[in-house]
Amino acid sequence: MKLTIVKYNAGNIQSVLYALERIGVEAVVTDDHAQIKEADKVIFPGVGEASSAMKYLKERGLDEVLQNLTQPVLGICLGMQLMCSYSEENDTPCLDIFDERVTKFKPSAAQEKIPQIGWNNIYDLKTELFNGVKENSYCYFVHGYHAALGPHTMATTNYIQPYSSALHKGNFYGVQFHPEKSAEVGEQILRNFCLGIK
Amino acid sequence: MLTKRIIPCLDIKDGRTVKGTNFVDLRDAGDPVELGALYAKQGADELVFLDITATVEKRKTLRELVNRIAHHVNIPFTVGGGISSVEDVSALLQNGADKISVNTAAFKNPQLINDLAKEFGSQCVVLAIDTKKEEDGEWYVYLNGGRTKTDKKCVDWAKEAVDLGAGEILLTSMNHDGTKQGFALDITRTLATQLPVPVIASGGGGTMEHFTDVFENAYADAALAASIFHFKEIAIPDLKSYLKGKNINVRI
Repeated sequence: MKLTIVKYNAGNIQSVLYALERIGVEAVVTDDHAQIKEADKVIFPGVGEASSAMKYLKERGLDEVLQNLTQPVLGICLGMQLMCSYSEENDTPCLDIFDERVTKFKPSAAQEKIPQIGWNNIYDLKTELFNGVKENSYCYFVHGYHAALGPHTMATTNYIQPYSSALHKGNFYGVQFHPEKSAEVGEQILRNFCLGIK
Repeated sequence: MLTKRIIPCLDIKDGRTVKGTNFVDLRDAGDPVELGALYAKQGADELVFLDITATVEKRKTLRELVNRIAHHVNIPFTVGGGISSVEDVSALLQNGADKISVNTAAFKNPQLINDLAKEFGSQCVVLAIDTKKEEDGEWYVYLNGGRTKTDKKCVDWAKEAVDLGAGEILLTSMNHDGTKQGFALDITRTLATQLPVPVIASGGGGTMEHFTDVFENAYADAALAASIFHFKEIAIPDLKSYLKGKNINVRI
């Protein structure tokens, strides 16, 4: 099994690599089109800002490469948001793989801080990505923007309002939380993606 | 629902975990990587590693330690101590740190917060403030590990830093640190209710009730402690069960 992590100008690649290492999965980090296309599975990570990330992907033709992948793809955090149709973060058209749109959290009380930082639960879990993961398990989130609920929602989380904490369409999967930092639950999800999903 | 976070803090000196009282009298508390991994397994929500010997020569050592931690720990961790440039931060993040914390250098050069937020995003910029309540009843900012007093009020500095791009505040009360008499509820409450970013309360946690207090009465988003965990006075699973029993939302 050949697993490729897409290299671009958004952080946390190292953390993903180490998390995979902990579950015994080797991965290649690259922005080479051929190596991404040939991989059995692709992880599209990301921590950063949407418009500069999209600009970077477009300049290198990585946007089209990602859109046309047919093997299982897992977007993480910003990676998942970039797979949506649009992000309110600096008014950015995204990869349009998922129909859902990404908007900023709008706090309604002083206790609701932006970004959401910390552990929150995921529920209404769908697809084999969550095999062996209990409803309402806790995952680690760090984000100020969120994807709306929609036809591709495969997990829901509530912060200020219910939103998509995971999306799924065909071979594309995306999670808003950081499985690479979500202790045993995150490891189970990564294991499901790397070793389970065909 | 977003949970309240329990954060063990590991002060690092020459590659070992140490703990003192009121910033002095340091005692050895074990290997940081082993201890960090153990806390993660026990249910800690995050870890903070503060290098208290950070000097220019030692920075490479810290990076190596951060890399080892990143390999072994499956929860987020923050690294602080002697960070004064975008290059320092870049190296720590590349070695696997999730966030960094800045203190004295940011106070002396507030533009640093702005530069870091722009380069890496606010989510990884934690501003650490060491503060002390003086006889006039006001909380002032202290620098250099609590050795240097400033005339700046804690609330003013915290607000400025958030405007510049700090994504979280790690607030340590020097009056309470190491005393095990409870967290500084008044200043924690002030910051937690006035700032749009999460506040991590630090200093003084000695009993499980203290954690209930700081979450319920001071609205802290997270609570940090060191010696009570290092010296096994309170076990993290026990603390979390206790908090859950008090209807505080924690991850178990």
